[in-house]
Amino acid sequence: MTDTNATADAGTAGPGHPEPPAERASFDVVRLLKRTFTTNESWTFIVLIVLMAVFTGLAPGKFLTTSDLSLISQTTAPFLVMAIGETFVILTAGIDLSVGFVLVLSGVVAGEYYVHNGGANAGIGTIWVGVLIGLVTGAAYGALQGFMVAKLKIPPLIATLAGLGGAEGLSYLITGGHDVATVPNKLASSIGQGSLGGVQWLIVISFLVTLLFGLILAFTRFGRYTYAIGSNPEAARRVGIKVDRYLIGVYALSGLMAGLAGIMNLAYYSTTTISGHPLDNLVVITAVVLGGASLFGGRGSILGTFIGVFIPEMLAAGLIIIGVNQYWQYILTGVVLAAAVYLDQFRRRLRERA
Amino acid sequence: MAEAEPLLEARNLVKRYGQVLALDGANFTAYPGEVVALIGDNGAGKSTLVKTLSGAIRPDSGQIFVDGKAVSLSSPLDARRHGIETVYQDLALAPDLDAAANLHLGREIYRVRALQILNKTEMRRRAVAAFKDLGVNLPDVGAPVASLSGGQRQSVAVARAVAYASKIIFMDEPTAALGVVQRERVLDNIRRVRDRGITVVLISHNMPEVLAVSDRVEVLRMGRRVARFRTADTNVEQLVGAMTGALTTEDEPGPGSPGSGSPGSDSPGPGSPGSASPGSASTDGRGAA
Ligand SMILES: Nc1ncnc2c1ncn2[C@@H]1O[C@H](COP(=O)(O)OP(=O)(O)OP(=O)(O)O)[C@@H](O)[C@H]1O
Ligand SMILES: [Mg+2]
Repeated sequence: MTDTNATADAGTAGPGHPEPPAERASFDVVRLLKRTFTTNESWTFIVLIVLMAVFTGLAPGKFLTTSDLSLISQTTAPFLVMAIGETFVILTAGIDLSVGFVLVLSGVVAGEYYVHNGGANAGIGTIWVGVLIGLVTGAAYGALQGFMVAKLKIPPLIATLAGLGGAEGLSYLITGGHDVATVPNKLASSIGQGSLGGVQWLIVISFLVTLLFGLILAFTRFGRYTYAIGSNPEAARRVGIKVDRYLIGVYALSGLMAGLAGIMNLAYYSTTTISGHPLDNLVVITAVVLGGASLFGGRGSILGTFIGVFIPEMLAAGLIIIGVNQYWQYILTGVVLAAAVYLDQFRRRLRERA
Repeated sequence: MAEAEPLLEARNLVKRYGQVLALDGANFTAYPGEVVALIGDNGAGKSTLVKTLSGAIRPDSGQIFVDGKAVSLSSPLDARRHGIETVYQDLALAPDLDAAANLHLGREIYRVRALQILNKTEMRRRAVAAFKDLGVNLPDVGAPVASLSGGQRQSVAVARAVAYASKIIFMDEPTAALGVVQRERVLDNIRRVRDRGITVVLISHNMPEVLAVSDRVEVLRMGRRVARFRTADTNVEQLVGAMTGALTTEDEPGPGSPGSGSPGSDSPGPGSPGSASPGSASTDGRGAA
């Protein structure tokens, strides 16, 4: 602590003496390396590797065969997509508890549309309309929650908890509590089970979404304002950023991602799985936090989330393979989430004292 | 220089926070190319006045003139458009973003404008240039602002204001958290900015500092301007007297302010010199030096 201050002051005190260029360059390399190895992403990656090593050790030759990997990636795909949206929300110091329930709602709305428009034999045009309906449902629902947060100043935890209840209720009202299991065959066989050049469509979609939003977060104004708003909303306002509008946009994005996950889920299982997603929010939030995002906002990355999302899934797959009841997954995920947040708070305190 | 037309003038500003009258018909004048110190006790309304004049908050009533024209500053962007920049008391930086990002926050430079893709290299280059300009040697413009020392953070906020201000910079206690060396550096920068022809409004509780750097002093007390001094003709006792209410020279009896403010203000050109004249008169309101 003391020596960072000392060097900093020396730096500001001597404007007249530019450092020799060579020294400067090597300095930057060291700094870059240091930054790389202290980033949250690298820690998340190490955790993932350790986890894989442990399971491989416990079940040699059984864990992580190629088919495991592709299955894990496939079941992870909707989580990954939702975690991308959740990353943006958490970066603004918010939280979206509603993701799994908006997934169901979007799937239900799209599913109902298919039931009344061609059912299992629906054509490509109808399928696209249904997809669009699902996406719009998710985005609109997210925007509504964003409105509650940004304009009505309801804390995100409560706004999305209320939203969660609403989405659940709507799903049951629309379906009467019975899963919609009539899904267009062409949807199920393409997005659901099909593959592109040997890679499942679900994986292709989730990776493309990850790449796209990773680039948006890192290189565009939308990304930068997301960080700025999470870091200091008042400062953002004072430089003229329309904070409310951005917040609504971020929650709408999270809803859109849940909607996309809903379509993927519908295509994969050929049913709406109404009661199958009560803990998606736990998994998704854990993934984002494990990926290094701070619940206080302003810090986190898509790369971190991408690595983080495989940890709960790897846990689940590993537990099944070593013969432990898979419901331990949720207990362990809860423990991991609590530990990750504790560490974040700990780091933050250290930083503030510095 | 005080005989010139005011660059910025506020008349009769009122801002109420519940029971608290933060601004109670406050006036304020700044002339081109000067350093004017705005002083007053804690809670006198200095920060509120600055926020009003930089568009961060809207007054309940009152008028603001820039170059003699009545303007409405309903957002920080409006103030920016008039060449007004502010170093807020709380600095208003995003701690997780680096210095270069903070410097350009809200004014990003793009590589591909249509896709809003940022040109980080260019922003970084300009940030390095801006800091060099100010004589600030930040070891790493890519480090998050949270990791900088208090003085360095202050420098980032000052650099941001200086980089964009074309007319006025408000600095709300920019030296409050600084050590002796850093404080001198900020004062140097204030003079440097003034020498570029930009008006600096300095808020400070440090009287020697005020006397050292300012050309004029305006004193705020309980939400009103109570005195104005030419720095060369005043001293610490007078300033303290004005702040504490022991000495009152203007605005207190509510003479011109409510009466002359509204009728004269609508005609932009002639309205401002009319109220500028008491400015020069106020300085000789006391011979007790
Ligand atoms: N957002 C707010 N809500 C309620 N009251 C406020 C608010 N901002 C300022 N005030 C009140 O208005 C008065 C003037 O405050 P202001 O911050 O302008 O004073 P100041 O002159 O800047 O003081 P200091 O020297 O301590 O910075 C104070 O009584 C303060 O309590
Ligand atoms: Mg103040």
